[in-house]
Amino acid sequence: MNIELRQSDIRSNSKLKIVDVDIHPKISVEDLKPYLSKRWWDHLQTYGQRTRQGYLKGFPYPKMQPQASRRDSWPPDGGLPASNLAFMKQQFLDAYPIEYAIMNPLSPTGQGDQNSEFSAAMAFASNEFQIEGWHKRDNRLLASVVVPFEDGEATKAEVKRRAGDNRFAHVLLKTRTNDLLGKKQYWPVYEAAIEAGLPVGIHVFGTSGRPASNTGWPSFYIEDMTEHASCCQAQVVSMIMEGVFERYRELKIVMIEAGFGWMPSLGWRMDKNWKKLKDEVPHLKKAPSEYMREHIWVSTQPMEETDRPEQLLDTMKWIGWDKIMFASDYPHWDFDDPFLALPPSLDENKRNMIYCGNVRALYRLDA
Amino acid sequence: MPASHSAIDCDVHPAVPNLEALLPHFDDYWRNSIDERGIPGFETNTYPPRAPLSVRDDWRGKNGGAAADLTQLTSQVLDRLGAGKAVLNCLYGAHLPYSEDMGVAVARAVNNYVAKEWLDRDPRLRASIVVPTQNIEYCVDEVNRVAADKRFVQIMLVTNQETPLGRRHWWPLFAAAEKHDLPIGLHPGSAYRQAMTSLGWPTYYVEDYVAYAQAFQSQLGSLICEGAFAKFPKLKIVLLESGVTWLPGFLWRLSKFWRGVRAEVPWVDRPPGEIVRSNVRLTIQPFDAPDDPEITEQMVDHLDSDDILLYASDFPHWQFDGDDALPRGLPESLKKKILVDNPRATYPRLQEDAR
Repeated sequence: MNIELRQSDIRSNSKLKIVDVDIHPKISVEDLKPYLSKRWWDHLQTYGQRTRQGYLKGFPYPKMQPQASRRDSWPPDGGLPASNLAFMKQQFLDAYPIEYAIMNPLSPTGQGDQNSEFSAAMAFASNEFQIEGWHKRDNRLLASVVVPFEDGEATKAEVKRRAGDNRFAHVLLKTRTNDLLGKKQYWPVYEAAIEAGLPVGIHVFGTSGRPASNTGWPSFYIEDMTEHASCCQAQVVSMIMEGVFERYRELKIVMIEAGFGWMPSLGWRMDKNWKKLKDEVPHLKKAPSEYMREHIWVSTQPMEETDRPEQLLDTMKWIGWDKIMFASDYPHWDFDDPFLALPPSLDENKRNMIYCGNVRALYRLDA
Repeated sequence: MPASHSAIDCDVHPAVPNLEALLPHFDDYWRNSIDERGIPGFETNTYPPRAPLSVRDDWRGKNGGAAADLTQLTSQVLDRLGAGKAVLNCLYGAHLPYSEDMGVAVARAVNNYVAKEWLDRDPRLRASIVVPTQNIEYCVDEVNRVAADKRFVQIMLVTNQETPLGRRHWWPLFAAAEKHDLPIGLHPGSAYRQAMTSLGWPTYYVEDYVAYAQAFQSQLGSLICEGAFAKFPKLKIVLLESGVTWLPGFLWRLSKFWRGVRAEVPWVDRPPGEIVRSNVRLTIQPFDAPDDPEITEQMVDHLDSDDILLYASDFPHWQFDGDDALPRGLPESLKKKILVDNPRATYPRLQEDAR
């Protein structure tokens, strides 16, 4: 939402350290040019990105404001939201006690492109630019390993290239993949992440080319946004039921910008039906919800707003206080203000876990 | 706890024993076609007959399959579990044929079969009208044809359709539903026009079944966002066998976005939760939660309405063991509402009956 900053309050209140697991500094097509071969630069210029949707420009469901961004996030001296480091510092990085912020580039990154070699080239370029164009100018900005996730071998190569480089926080996928993420074709992604010691962050969006619901194409952007939760439910079920977490016990998944109100009911539904249909999935050694609680982390934004605060606390408690990490989604319209987003009744210990404790442990930021 | 004799079981499934039982209800053309083409029947793959969810062990018929026998159904649902009335939702595959004409033929046959072989034989039974969702005009025709029989109290659709239900081309069906005082019941099932998830076809049956909860979410989102309830304020949607507990989390999310981007859907002029509490009902089985009274209480609190839940056994599907279909931990005052008052308020044709 478009929230006016209250600068004075923020300064006087801030003793906290915050690690934000989801921000979106801008990457432009031109930014990637130095890191693309002539062949792929020409390809990008000539054919553009082909991501299984019909529009030449813009999104399948047009956003409700330009760049899906806060109207106050446009830099005063021009440029797109989150394209100007000085203004981003003033409005966000320095305005709050941000210790680290993880960049999740969404576009143009080539993820999900119909041409998987191009997708691999774009992923490489996106990763180079995150370091050269952002991290080196402000080392609080940590990069994501963008990978061409539809191609297991190419993903492995890109993750291997970044392994051991602690400027990269996680391997980044989008939720709308070609097929369900539990399927074997995606197992190389998990193997690569484990070898590199990185969690796998799965950020909502992407274009799978399939209808956003299992009952066809919805009409509206508001439905597209709501359907991210149904998409994440399908992905979590698939990863669990296919035995991904039985096979890859060190795998850690972070669902980003997915909300989490859907999780308890999904866990219960899986458990109940698994008890009755166990013989179909003998590779599972424990209740599905146990895999969920062990292997899935969530980010807060867009945090569900319940009718009564206790309802949100019930939900968070079930997911686990150690599994929830703060995200602002800066500079997007549904930005959650770090100081206003969490329920006021949370005690200081839980607050600290969500603002920075959980993320520091998961991402080994102190190592 | 057997329910009171006035309890109404809102989700019970009679089986079609075999194609022969339906044949008298097709016209000559279709009877011949079925024979000439060697069509083996129109049963759905949604509930594989031998799968443990499809029929509860102690409810299996002599052949090991679902109850295709009137006495078997009524002795369990009405006599043993203790309901005074039951709504039959026949899950035979009228929604499956790609041919619109074949869809009409199967839907008509099913409705006629249910009236003759079930409703005529036990006055405690009511039923849902099955419609050929291949073509909305034909759906409306079938509703208009069958609605004269007041023992049909609802229109039933499967959850996974070719297009979301709020889309405007569905609206003539909602007009017909309003005209005849018929709620529209959505039941797990697929026309198999879309993959079982928005990311493709899962490997395991358990995933297919779990994914119906997502279809309910999508359909409810579509109905709300497209403005179906603004256009048809009397429209009642009953979510049958939905799992129930996904609803609060879904509404929190949708409501948050509605507050942010409601300019896109200006006809949605009140919060989604308010719309759901006035126009949407859910049957109680399955109730996706652990068998824990404390969690049941929490979920009832999150649902935030005493009017929204309807009693159902979901016979013969397995959803619970023993004879008590109500989850432990429901407040006593709510039980009577779920068993009797809420179903009667939801289905106007049941009220007429009571006079």
